[in-house]
Amino acid sequence: MAASAKNPNLIRGMTGDWEVVIGMEVHAQVTSESKLFSGASTAFGGEPNSHVSLVDAAMPGMLPVINEECVRQAIRTGLGLKAKINNKSVFDRKNYFYPDLPQGYQISQYKSPIVGEGVVQVDLPDGSGVEVGIERVHLEQDAGKSTHDQHPTLSLVDLNRSGVALMEIVSKPDLRSSEQAKAYVSKLRSILRYLGTCDGDMEKGNLRADVNVSVRKPGEPYGTRCEIKNVNSIRFIGQAIEYEARRQIDILEEGGTIEQETRLFDPGKGETRSMRSKEEAHDYRYFPDPDLLPLEFDDAYVEALKAELPELPDEKRDRFIASFGLSAYDAGVLIAEKETADYFEAVAQGRDPKAAANWVINELTGRLNKEGKDIGSSPVSAEQLGAILDLIADKTISGKIAKDLFEIVWNEGGDPRAIVEARGLKQVTDTGAIEKVVDEIVAANPDKVADAKTNPKAIGWFVGQVMKSSGGKANPQAVNEILKAKLGL
Amino acid sequence: MSDLTKLTIAEARDGLKKKSFSAAELTEAHLAAVEKARALNAYVLETPEVARERARQSDDKIASGEAGPLEGIPIGVKDLFCTRDVRTTACSKILGNFIPTYESTVTAQLWRDGAVMLGKTNNDEFAMGSSNETSALGPVTSPWRRKGSNTPLVPGGSSGGSAAAVAARLCLGATGTDTGGSIRQPAAFTGIVGIKPTYGRCSRWGIVAFASSLDQAGPFTRTVRDNAILLRSMAGHDPKDTTSVDRPVPDYEEAVGKSVKGMRIGIPKEYRIDGMPAEIETLWEQGAAWLREAGAEIVEISLPHTKYALPAYYIVAPAEASSNLARYDGVRYGLREQGRDVTAMYEATRAAGFGPEVRRRVMIGTYVLSAGYYDAYYLRAQKVRTLIKKDFEDVFAAGVDAILTPATPSAAFGIGEKGGADPIEMYLNDVFTVTVNMAGLPGLAVPAGLSSEGLPLGLQLIGRPFDESTLFSLGEVIEQAAGHYPVEAWW
Repeated sequence: MAASAKNPNLIRGMTGDWEVVIGMEVHAQVTSESKLFSGASTAFGGEPNSHVSLVDAAMPGMLPVINEECVRQAIRTGLGLKAKINNKSVFDRKNYFYPDLPQGYQISQYKSPIVGEGVVQVDLPDGSGVEVGIERVHLEQDAGKSTHDQHPTLSLVDLNRSGVALMEIVSKPDLRSSEQAKAYVSKLRSILRYLGTCDGDMEKGNLRADVNVSVRKPGEPYGTRCEIKNVNSIRFIGQAIEYEARRQIDILEEGGTIEQETRLFDPGKGETRSMRSKEEAHDYRYFPDPDLLPLEFDDAYVEALKAELPELPDEKRDRFIASFGLSAYDAGVLIAEKETADYFEAVAQGRDPKAAANWVINELTGRLNKEGKDIGSSPVSAEQLGAILDLIADKTISGKIAKDLFEIVWNEGGDPRAIVEARGLKQVTDTGAIEKVVDEIVAANPDKVADAKTNPKAIGWFVGQVMKSSGGKANPQAVNEILKAKLGL
Repeated sequence: MSDLTKLTIAEARDGLKKKSFSAAELTEAHLAAVEKARALNAYVLETPEVARERARQSDDKIASGEAGPLEGIPIGVKDLFCTRDVRTTACSKILGNFIPTYESTVTAQLWRDGAVMLGKTNNDEFAMGSSNETSALGPVTSPWRRKGSNTPLVPGGSSGGSAAAVAARLCLGATGTDTGGSIRQPAAFTGIVGIKPTYGRCSRWGIVAFASSLDQAGPFTRTVRDNAILLRSMAGHDPKDTTSVDRPVPDYEEAVGKSVKGMRIGIPKEYRIDGMPAEIETLWEQGAAWLREAGAEIVEISLPHTKYALPAYYIVAPAEASSNLARYDGVRYGLREQGRDVTAMYEATRAAGFGPEVRRRVMIGTYVLSAGYYDAYYLRAQKVRTLIKKDFEDVFAAGVDAILTPATPSAAFGIGEKGGADPIEMYLNDVFTVTVNMAGLPGLAVPAGLSSEGLPLGLQLIGRPFDESTLFSLGEVIEQAAGHYPVEAWW
């Protein structure tokens, strides 16, 4: 981006332009069978308190034992974020009282996290990109869940989540707009899903973000930040940042100062509100957990995990561009979800990759979005879509018929080629038959013929009529050629 | 039958094997003794049904030739060990009538080897104390009395109930835990043998935690040999405690009676503290002389950071305790006092549930971990701890096999005599023992004589990590020279 170009991210205020500075702490639930320090299941949706071990309930004398799978997943995540892996890290206790925190402390990593600095390449819809620094990734326990509306005088606690492993992925304050922040979380989510280290399901709370927002005049030092806690959708992240930046700008422009505080986003009202001030902030009294030895592993362990890493979004995008000749935009769309990329690759195998990309991006994705389905539950399989593309390629059907065929396969299933045969959808390439139809239409519409002579674009009307009377089955190229000859164009 | 309570574990084991008496008879003799000694308040829970059932099973096993190494041996269990289906309170009101659904690893191993549980023994609340006076279930009265006096004395603490029970022959052995001296000091006060094994030797799983980096379980017995027998069953690696160490458990009994000839025994000059009674000094010299006579070489050594150990301990231990005790919040188990909101409930529950000493340590611990104080207190104490550890490493590296010190700076004191106005007075009891916990080393307390008032005095042997065997060999030499100190029953 040219330095002189106007920065589109700046927010206009009464006193001039403002820049918003955003850093994120993303909490990603580690994909693992059991919890970080106990053997209890991490399955979602069980009866309250059905996945709770003695350790999770903090019974007297219980001790945590690290789940190696969670360690593996954290290292793999670090590798996916091109980050430094710390061969020695330490678990600390973060002490505070809350009924859904049975131990009275959360086991987390404070001074020595398992993963150090890394980087995420974020692509924006306008084709630009931003590199977002990762400060650290550490492992910690999730808390349980308190509900306050089930009983007139009591709060209820469900400890199923208590002790589930989270990765806290802390970014540097490198984001400068809500769009960038949204794109960052999308990209991070994509990387985690590729790695299989977090399912990224934000509805279930398996991925949620604390968003740190401050504003400043361009070139000035960072302003005071507010932390918006636990935002659980990408859309809300955008809304929360927009609201919060504007709120802070308004305060500053009226001569006020920003108080460092923790805020909550209210999706109903689309606004953030104060949760607790800096003075009310907890003193967590972090100290190394004496029940756990430092977590140590050697380089060979990390190298072995590195060797088995799957292809990640950036690499896949580069490969799609290089070996399929796709545009950067199309490649970017296709790789966002691994399932979509896999689907595309299956369709593109041995076929025209650009046609495959168009069909996956436009027809398939459009239809899926309309029905609120994801690609994993697509009624049209990659094999079926590939068969449709083959029918187009060998000129058995036209592109228009292909869309109808796609609709039939979507609704009814079946082998596309068999459907074409059974329903007579085959394209008419017999020029004699097409000529006959053309002659009839030309004879019946002398005025249009006259039009076409002066305005060659009017041929489109004739094409439409021919296609209509052939039930869409006429080969459009043949129709065009015959029409041009008959009309003397 | 009452003679059966005078047996050692080794003798009882032989008697059971020879079928001179049954496990049921041995257990009944002890149950009767326990019942008769309720005035001592050594047991906070008697479990005669459990004991009789286990003794019956032991007799079956002995009959079928499947006897374990502790088959039929009746023992007491400190109330800090969680025992399945048997009330476990840590002698705190906050646990109320808590009944665990699980068994601590150490006690599970004892039951695996055939031991019979007579009941749960008294201790200072959450093991915080050196006199057993902080127990919510009342103090323990030592079976010992000063010559010509009826003044009730403390048995020491925190494992005071276990020590009193073993000394008063209310069991053949008992479990204890030692965070800063809680096995060795009461053993010394009651004239019996107690070991704090190397940190990591026994699993901490299922033991109510006081200070996780210092806590370690160990046995109380009336002889060194018995101690070796019990420790062998208690020790071992446990995957459920990642701080337990995966090393084979030796047959400690083999070390008892082994020659100590040529061993180098260090006498740390820093343990000659101001105001130490002359009789303690004399006892210490006597102990060194006995070891020298047995062929050991006595050398003076220096452990220069000793004087910082006690203050550092009283930062590290409360810091960990303040966090370990956060789980007693009235939410899931134990006591709950009502409050208008959750904070009020916490405050009311913890105020009512914790006694003054526990509250004091939770507050100290919270303070030293607080922002702005952490570096000055906790971090510094950890640095001191590293230096203390290094002191010992240097001495062992220089060829010292074990270190001999007094176990306590004095004999037992009267109930209510100490710490009323100044808690430091009580904390000073641990001056010779806390260093061992800070360094994670094994420490054995062995009775070595009587004070001028006729009360037992003990010596402490400190060993290399995981070298409990050497301590048992040396302890046996002292025991042979000093003899046993059976207490006369007055209760």
